[in-house]
Amino acid sequence: MSVLVDAETKVLVQGITGHQGTVHTRNMRAFGAQVVAGATPGKGGQSVEGVPVFNSVEEAVRNTGANATCIFVPAPFAKDAFLESVDAGIRLAVIVTEHIPFHDMLTMYHYGRSKGARIIGPNCPGIAAPGKSKVGIIPNVVFRPGRVGVVSRSGTLTYEIVNGIKERGLGQSTCLGLGGDPVVGTSFVDALPLFEKDPDTDLVVLVGEIGGTAEEDAAEFIGHHFTKPVVAYVAGRSAPPGKRMGHAGAIIARGKGTAESKLTALQAVGAHVAKFPYEIPALVEQYLPKPSGR
Amino acid sequence: MVKLAEWRGKEIFRKYGVPLPKGHVVRSPSEVAAALQSAGIPLPCVVKAQVLAGGRGKGGAVRFASTVAEAEAATQAILGLEFKGEVVREVLLEEKLPIAKELYVSLTLDRSRRLPLAMASAQGGVEVETVDESAIVRVHVDPFPGLLGYQKRQLIAALGVTGPVARSVDSLLDLLWKIFEEEDAELVEINPLAVVGDRVVALDAKVIIEDDASFRHPEFADVKDDRTPLEEIAREKEIAFVQLDGNIGVIANGAGLTMATLDVLAEFGGKPGVFLDLGGTDDPKKVTEAFLLMAQAKPKAVFLNIFGGVTRCDTVATGLVEAMRQVPPDAKFPLVARIRGNNEAEGVAILRAAGVTSLSDLKESVQAVVAAAGGPA
Repeated sequence: MSVLVDAETKVLVQGITGHQGTVHTRNMRAFGAQVVAGATPGKGGQSVEGVPVFNSVEEAVRNTGANATCIFVPAPFAKDAFLESVDAGIRLAVIVTEHIPFHDMLTMYHYGRSKGARIIGPNCPGIAAPGKSKVGIIPNVVFRPGRVGVVSRSGTLTYEIVNGIKERGLGQSTCLGLGGDPVVGTSFVDALPLFEKDPDTDLVVLVGEIGGTAEEDAAEFIGHHFTKPVVAYVAGRSAPPGKRMGHAGAIIARGKGTAESKLTALQAVGAHVAKFPYEIPALVEQYLPKPSGR
Repeated sequence: MVKLAEWRGKEIFRKYGVPLPKGHVVRSPSEVAAALQSAGIPLPCVVKAQVLAGGRGKGGAVRFASTVAEAEAATQAILGLEFKGEVVREVLLEEKLPIAKELYVSLTLDRSRRLPLAMASAQGGVEVETVDESAIVRVHVDPFPGLLGYQKRQLIAALGVTGPVARSVDSLLDLLWKIFEEEDAELVEINPLAVVGDRVVALDAKVIIEDDASFRHPEFADVKDDRTPLEEIAREKEIAFVQLDGNIGVIANGAGLTMATLDVLAEFGGKPGVFLDLGGTDDPKKVTEAFLLMAQAKPKAVFLNIFGGVTRCDTVATGLVEAMRQVPPDAKFPLVARIRGNNEAEGVAILRAAGVTSLSDLKESVQAVVAAAGGPA
């Protein structure tokens, strides 16, 4: 078991003929993912990295049985690409594209939800379950199969942390990179129940950042519904208010969204808080339940 | 964030038919007489500095004039004034209306609910943050049906208006919703919304257009945000670049990693001066551009923290050495580099051969750069 994807997941890549789409198709396949189709309007009949390209998502699904999509389509066209995937019956979309207007995301999120489709992202690294599958762009080299779940709003910081866990001799069950935009398809609160249910995850590392209230909401959820140990880190403690720190969502505005408030909330529900990213692997090792003598 | 000055926000309002005072923007006292005449602005009138900061009334950035000469003098006095760090370059002349009551309405995004949020309060004319929570009504709007009749009635009830004034608010709310959606706004706020006779009039306009939607709104391309000149150049080059008040430059890839780096730096007594996020790029040209921008910010030392996942460390290192070579001699800075990930050993070797301090431990690297910048602050 793993979260959202497994070895049976059949991945479609929308925007496969672009540079990013091509590179990451190769990387996903090297990771062991079944990438079964690509879709780019007007490029049907071609093949990329040995993967057949179709003109429409409907055609790709009909011919290959794709049941998850990884979207690299540029921002102005990303809404259409996602809605097309929903109408073609796909119920899991990882949207890597950055700079999608949040008004578009509102439409995408609520339309998708009405049809039972889940979005990871946008502007996100995606999903990786070592030994099973990958839908997204997280570098292959940082992983090793194991029992630690990772859920994060960051990109490269996630890679660094996942890599740190590997260097400690531990491994990951599933890593979910949710993205740092103001409107995300899946938040911590949506992701945590998946890890709670996953029999292969014994501990979750939650990587947050300043801005919004996603970490406070996560703390509320952990307090009531989460039984596995949590190690948490929040980036941006030293960021000044009113400055947008790279991610559109990472801004302390009107005194809300500070690292302090997030860390306090997480600590209050028993999460083990790391002050710096390099403290995470040791905390994981300390609190990861030891295998019983089965 | 494309924050529009009041007069530009009101231009949008006018396009959609939101009731406004008669007004005209001027950029010199010599334009005042003609502006009053052409816009039909009666005297006495209001003279308002066009700055983005709030608190203009108390700060002397809003004045009243009963004659053309007074309006010219007030314009003269306000233009060039520095108000909370912004220099006044534009002045809005407006009709002075008999105000019966000041209200508050706005539309914004509730990130955690992923829904637009409409807010209304009978206590307008003051900063909404200072209004008691119980005096603000909040209504979440589903983008599919849009703002509904019963939701407008809730908002109107909160404003405490009835009869023709209530009907005037009702049509105003429809217009605000339309503006919020069609203009890709992050915020549409009217504070105060004034009751004048039997209708409401927008005395102020605060409109923020979302950056990511700028491809749909070329009309706002010339709007200057509250960025520094270097931040403006970086924006054009699509590099996330934020100036802070310390002396150490930080270059990293990814927002989270950059923020985490700043946190560690602060812990060891370093003062970040520039935050530069390369994002997902491995384009050597962009790395060079980033370095040249960094040099212009005149840091005492620079820390580069890159996690090369897809990007190969040796490619990054080669780009770095080349970029360092291009920094003008008078702008050179000590560099501490930490590159981790793919082909790490090769990358480190390239950097060390070029005389760059290259460490793999984050704590040690940060201590090295703080020392290079002259020790902990």
